[in-house]
Amino acid sequence: MINSTGESKSKLIGRRMFIISAAKAVVVFGILGRLISLQINESKKYKTLSDKNRFREWKFSPPRGTINDFYGRQIASNKQVYQLHIIPENSENIEILIFRLKNILNLTDKKIFKIRRKIKSQKPWDPVVISDNLTWSEFSRINLFLHELHGAEPVVSVARLYTEPSSAHVIGYVSKASKKDLQNKEYLKDKITTSTRVGKTGLESKLDIQVLGDVGYKRYEVNAYGKRIKEISINPGKAGKNFKTTLDQEVQELASNLLKDKSGSVCVMDIYKGDIVAMVSSPVFDPNQFVHGINNENWNKLIKHRDKPLINKSIAGLYPPGSTIKSLAVISALENDVFNPKTVIRCNGSIELYGEKFHCWKKKGHGYMDMREGLKQSCDVYFYEVARKLGIDRLSETAKKFGLGEKVLDGFIEERSGVVPNTSWKKKFIGKNWYLGETLHAGIGQGYWQSSPMQLCLMTAQIANGGYKIKPRIILNDEESDKFSDLNQFIEDRKLFADDVVSLYDFISKFKYRSLFRNPENIKFVIDALYGATNEPGGTSYGSRLTKKGFVFAGKTGTSQVKRFTARQRELEIKNEDLPYEDRDHALFVAFAPYKDPRYAISVVIEHGGSGSKSAAPIAKKVIKKVLERHPLRESQTNGEIA
Amino acid sequence: MLKRGSIQSHLNLKDKILAMDFVLLSCIIILGLISFFAMYSTDGGEFAYHTKSHIVRFFVFFLLFFAASFLKTNFWYTTSIPVYIGILILLILVKYFGLTSSGSQRWLDLYFLNLQPSELMKIGLILFLANYYHRISAGDVNRIRFLFKPMVALIIPFILVVTQPDLGTAFLIGVGGFIVIWLAGVKMKYFAYFGLILVSLTPIAISFLKPYQKSRILTFLDPSRDPLGAGYQITQSKIAIGSGGFFGKGFLNGSQSYLDYLPEKHTDFIFTLFSEEFGFFGSSSVLALYVVMTMRIVSIGNMVRDTFSKLYCYTFATAFFVYVAVNMGMVLGLIPIVGAPLPILSYGGSSMMAMMLGLGIAMSCKIHKDQSIN
Repeated sequence: MINSTGESKSKLIGRRMFIISAAKAVVVFGILGRLISLQINESKKYKTLSDKNRFREWKFSPPRGTINDFYGRQIASNKQVYQLHIIPENSENIEILIFRLKNILNLTDKKIFKIRRKIKSQKPWDPVVISDNLTWSEFSRINLFLHELHGAEPVVSVARLYTEPSSAHVIGYVSKASKKDLQNKEYLKDKITTSTRVGKTGLESKLDIQVLGDVGYKRYEVNAYGKRIKEISINPGKAGKNFKTTLDQEVQELASNLLKDKSGSVCVMDIYKGDIVAMVSSPVFDPNQFVHGINNENWNKLIKHRDKPLINKSIAGLYPPGSTIKSLAVISALENDVFNPKTVIRCNGSIELYGEKFHCWKKKGHGYMDMREGLKQSCDVYFYEVARKLGIDRLSETAKKFGLGEKVLDGFIEERSGVVPNTSWKKKFIGKNWYLGETLHAGIGQGYWQSSPMQLCLMTAQIANGGYKIKPRIILNDEESDKFSDLNQFIEDRKLFADDVVSLYDFISKFKYRSLFRNPENIKFVIDALYGATNEPGGTSYGSRLTKKGFVFAGKTGTSQVKRFTARQRELEIKNEDLPYEDRDHALFVAFAPYKDPRYAISVVIEHGGSGSKSAAPIAKKVIKKVLERHPLRESQTNGEIA
Repeated sequence: MLKRGSIQSHLNLKDKILAMDFVLLSCIIILGLISFFAMYSTDGGEFAYHTKSHIVRFFVFFLLFFAASFLKTNFWYTTSIPVYIGILILLILVKYFGLTSSGSQRWLDLYFLNLQPSELMKIGLILFLANYYHRISAGDVNRIRFLFKPMVALIIPFILVVTQPDLGTAFLIGVGGFIVIWLAGVKMKYFAYFGLILVSLTPIAISFLKPYQKSRILTFLDPSRDPLGAGYQITQSKIAIGSGGFFGKGFLNGSQSYLDYLPEKHTDFIFTLFSEEFGFFGSSSVLALYVVMTMRIVSIGNMVRDTFSKLYCYTFATAFFVYVAVNMGMVLGLIPIVGAPLPILSYGGSSMMAMMLGLGIAMSCKIHKDQSIN
């Protein structure tokens, strides 16, 4: 069997083995090279990739910053909430667990369905939120049975709490981020977690970026299936910034109570600093219901309510300014030198012009009156004549100067800018030429005008401070706190000049306020006439005057027509109260106080409230009283802060 | 058997022990020790099932190694054909009685061990072909008639294993067979013809591939094609090895394997785990161990005089090297994932058995190098 040619066979095998050995050497170097490249040259890259595999971060939201009033009273704060999460993986039988929880918490079938869907859609070790706001009794019941509820996890967390319903509109509310929020709000990208609530309206929306804070995270080591193995590190994040506002919660509350069962708004503003002391809209709603998701029933109630409680009427409610515009008409007429204030006109209750009959609110007429009386008694016939001479374009120019037709505040998404009509506006938006008759309607604040209560408040403030432009604010930033230190000095100094109004105005101009007038006497004229309107017999708000020293105020009523009176209604002398609610006039009142040494401007609007003197002025009177009573406290707070 | 074998020989047991290749023996023991630690790590740092079972198997088959070493080479020569046929029968039995796992029918349940005959065939085919070429004359090697038998002997087990399906093992069996045929002196042109036939059959072969096999090959060509599917293993293995750096993450600190990012970490990817924990230092050392082992077996082949021993040693050394290279190449992302264990290090009884048997026979060639075969 043994081969005779074994020797030559051996040689051939040896030769071929040599080739194989050479090939092997190449392979060995190939593998070695690869090891060097992976483990030495690119090791850093793979270490990073390995860490990326290994660590996963779970984000959580820090508590939202609080929003407080001027005196530090919390308007939007945080509360402890009791929540129930379940971790499906930890329960022996998820169906039994759901059944038990259903009985303990009285969960609806719809809710159960949602929970089941949620469980199916995520990993078994990820928690499912059963309820994010349990009552204490529910929470204690859960804890009582906890030893039998494997997989259920009671959690104590924080959530937004609104304690002041009167500030519901200005503060706004938070809710779960919608898809739209995530698309439109760039900043949410690094701030969002499953428990994050985002600001939807009001200050919550305006301040969202800062109030949210920085998300914290827990870094876990996870296995290939995503299950947490151990906690590696924790970053608590940064709590949201707390904000102090210019609001006075006590005034807010009073105003809100006065507006109870009415639909309307109250705005109060510091006429020098522009600080918004009050901004109340009625009816109010409970913003807390949005934090944990509002149910359909409550949502429908809010949406279908006649008085639209979700609308912040102070900045998003638009009304024709009615007679409150007359102050501006006077200023405009005097500034443009088209009208002599001494001009006397006789009011018969109506005049006929351009083939149309224009009525005064006082059917039997005011008789003879000059401009001061015209404004004081709010004579429509007088102002038809003022408007006729002035023309709509000059009036609208003045109105815009004083802040109508543009947004008053920054960053309130719900704020609306309103309409200041003129010839080019009508051409552009209505597509028709301006009729002269429309100028007359515009002169008494009817027709196309649309302005928000906040705009009217600003307008009044800028008249009351002598005709200087101010920038209203609601947030007290650290940077801005000493912006008005000069002003406080001025307010001290002005006491020396108390009687010399003109030099006071000069004083103000020193503080880089931009003046809105050509001749300060014109502003003074209006201020004086408004004093008459409230404090002299025959004035439209005489009935609501305050007589106590230091509380005397001056104001202008307004009534804005929702529906024009028909000739027949006029004949029948139909009273406003007899009209259907929706057709009744809006009642307006703007004022500043105190008359001497003014500090605050106010606007009150009552939707369908009838006449301004009957329903708006009495409310303004009470609010003014409160504001002035609290003024010394506010001053001491301000000075204390600066010192 | 061991006793009878030693009595028959004119060498006594002491002589045989002294005649062993101690470098090769040491390498086996060192690899064994390394494998214990690696297995302990795959068990998450516990002395658990895989570790225990692996250590027991190592010692049991280490005894097999000694037994095989002390048997005369002539015994292995004369039993080559029965051994081959026996394993072939086992392979056929697998077709009918085999255990199925992960869609592949590879194992026979022997109660104490799930035997994978395809692993044994790696050695069986080499023995059979070495025997065959030992018997035929140099002149006959390149005659068509004499090419027929080796090809049949190679193709039958290849097809049986491919259809289990187990492409990796089948490929490794085939490689062993071809190395014997090549070393025996079959002319290059026959290999060229065979290669041509293979290429022309490729499209047909592809149509027989299971979808997962196709995806493995495509994924190898472009691992980013499906990073969470078939490419996942290659990607994660590369991350594990690369992140080991020079000195590694330390024993029991391989986060990739510890956190289950590595698939099959105690079998095909054991080298990955080891490289992650011990770095380049560890991985190149293991590579060096295998290279030394290969060289020692080749040197045994250089010593022995008869064709059977020479062919066996050279082929086994080469096949052994190929097993190592394929496994490492696979986990390093150099070649597609084929499912090939790393000799001795990987968990798996049949592979351990086959490797110990193969090494034992090589050692037998060394011990009995001065005895003739007949």
